[in-house]
Amino acid sequence: MKILTGNDLKTGAVTWWDGVQWSLHVEDAVDVGDHAETILARETAARRVNAGYAIDAVKDEGGVRPGHIKERIRALGPTVRIDLTLKPADPEAGTWVI
Amino acid sequence: MYKYDSYDQAMVDTRVEEFRDQVKRRLEGHITEDQFKPLRLMNGLYLQLHAYMLRVAVPYGTLSSAQMRMLGDIADKYDRGYGHFTTRQNIQYNWIKLEEAPDILADLAKVEMHAIQTSGNCIRNTTSDQYAGAAADEVIDPRPYAELIRQWSTFHPEFSFLPRKFKMAVIASDTDRAAMRLHDIGIQLVRNEMGEIGAAFYVGGGMGRTPMIAPLINPFVPIDQMITYSEACLRVYNRYGRRDNKYKARIKILVHELGKEDYTAQVEAEFLHLLSQNIEPPLDELSRIKAQFVDPPFDAAAPDTIDRSDPDFALWNDTNCLPHKKPGYIAVTISLKPVGGIPGDASADQMRLMADLAREYSFDECRVTHAQNIVLPHVRKADLYTLWQQLDTAGLGTANLDRIGDIIACPGLDYCSLANARSIPVAQKISERLSDKSAAIGELKLKISGCINACGHHHAGHIGILGVDRKGVENYQLLLGGCEGADTSLGQITGPGFDEDGIVDAVEKTTEVYLAARQDGERFLDTYRRVGMAPFKEALYG
Repeated sequence: MKILTGNDLKTGAVTWWDGVQWSLHVEDAVDVGDHAETILARETAARRVNAGYAIDAVKDEGGVRPGHIKERIRALGPTVRIDLTLKPADPEAGTWVI
Repeated sequence: MYKYDSYDQAMVDTRVEEFRDQVKRRLEGHITEDQFKPLRLMNGLYLQLHAYMLRVAVPYGTLSSAQMRMLGDIADKYDRGYGHFTTRQNIQYNWIKLEEAPDILADLAKVEMHAIQTSGNCIRNTTSDQYAGAAADEVIDPRPYAELIRQWSTFHPEFSFLPRKFKMAVIASDTDRAAMRLHDIGIQLVRNEMGEIGAAFYVGGGMGRTPMIAPLINPFVPIDQMITYSEACLRVYNRYGRRDNKYKARIKILVHELGKEDYTAQVEAEFLHLLSQNIEPPLDELSRIKAQFVDPPFDAAAPDTIDRSDPDFALWNDTNCLPHKKPGYIAVTISLKPVGGIPGDASADQMRLMADLAREYSFDECRVTHAQNIVLPHVRKADLYTLWQQLDTAGLGTANLDRIGDIIACPGLDYCSLANARSIPVAQKISERLSDKSAAIGELKLKISGCINACGHHHAGHIGILGVDRKGVENYQLLLGGCEGADTSLGQITGPGFDEDGIVDAVEKTTEVYLAARQDGERFLDTYRRVGMAPFKEALYG
């Protein structure tokens, strides 16, 4: 699947296109098929996303998983500071990116 | 320490307000990201993996206690309670909001700091010896000359859009503690037979994807011509440096392709021309700067002995302290490398504590080192034990300077958008695995980069590690034999890379080969240079 990611213009936070708006959670990301450029152009112009781009991902029973480790780290947060990630209570959260 | 004059302050304050307006226009949609990006980068604001990252300049690594305190306060007020000290003696904040960035710069300006020229193809922060003004082996304090370079290079109109970024280092002792020959221009201040001070120019060094050791192009430029000669070096580079290929744009490529002799001849010709233009800053300005770097009021009666009855303290004293030029004093390195910790990270509370300790015990001054530690340069030996107790309580008393746990590591793929692999977890695992053997191993500088850009100085590590992306999986190359000191050398790759756990095993095997082969008094590097790569490869790949 193709999903869209970028950063929030004001905060810089990593965001994912959920079909309606931009979510902080990669599990909300939806397959945009061939519409990546159209969506990104519209959302960028409206300043709802900054530096957006499309990436490959897979969806299985575990949720949406970006294809590349860099995007998985973006989705989670720094593996060396789990307390600052989106899953601060899960000490094993870092294993998801490997 | 240097204090801003009204011109310095007005320049920084003006820049803050200019950036505030630029941010406002970006947030309101009057300029696009493509238009805004070069503006924010000129103010040190990057967009990294998780958020905006702000890189703050620490000129030649020197901080007052008020400045260090402000860095801690910014970490609390605008970030997530910590900062990361870098291999260029700067500090980075990882979780910055764009809308708050102008307020951060305004807070920095209150303590005479900024983020100008911490990005872009310009002359970056000039680095220096962290023991400047304290070391017994320096011919002169290099900081006034680094400050002169800072003033000359700040907003220099001719050098604001160089072919590529440009890094300078200034030292004043034969013991190179600033990786001077791995800079675009490395300057060593020297004294000639007449007793005069001059500048030896090493030009065209660097790490990155094409590591090179800078050759000496002029062994003695009179000190009152140092800026003119620097200008000549830059002008030849600006004229001929490649702008068609960013991977061949650094001055090291130009010097290499022209050859040292041709490049030097062109610099000398330009230098002669510039001498006629009288561009050197007036000596009065240098005198004004030097007056701000006079020695602090050392106590001539300070006791020159240390009570070493506490064995843990004695170990730290042996490891983390350097002799001072004045009897009764000592220079202290605070390790930001606790066992299993993140190299270079310090919490806001730790920064504020170091600020307090600098004020109380080191004449209001501390230094950031390129090895990502903090130095208190002027500590009375009589205060050393009390100081260590406070550091130890705060998790800042690790005794591992230049040992295997004192690892340089770039932020790597945990934070950096350029990285191919994570650096910090590898550093943490090595530190945890081998710190118990630290004393037995002795001096061993281990440096880790998460990509070929080499921010972690892996080429210059006695043991270097380079993280690469192998079909989407992190892989780590091992290098041996690098050195950043006066005997600078570049590490050589051992062979095929390793996975994350494999590289930790490989480092351990490497240390075992060393321990088995070393002769009396040999450091790891000495043994490697004597026995060569073969026994290490045999142990690693057998």
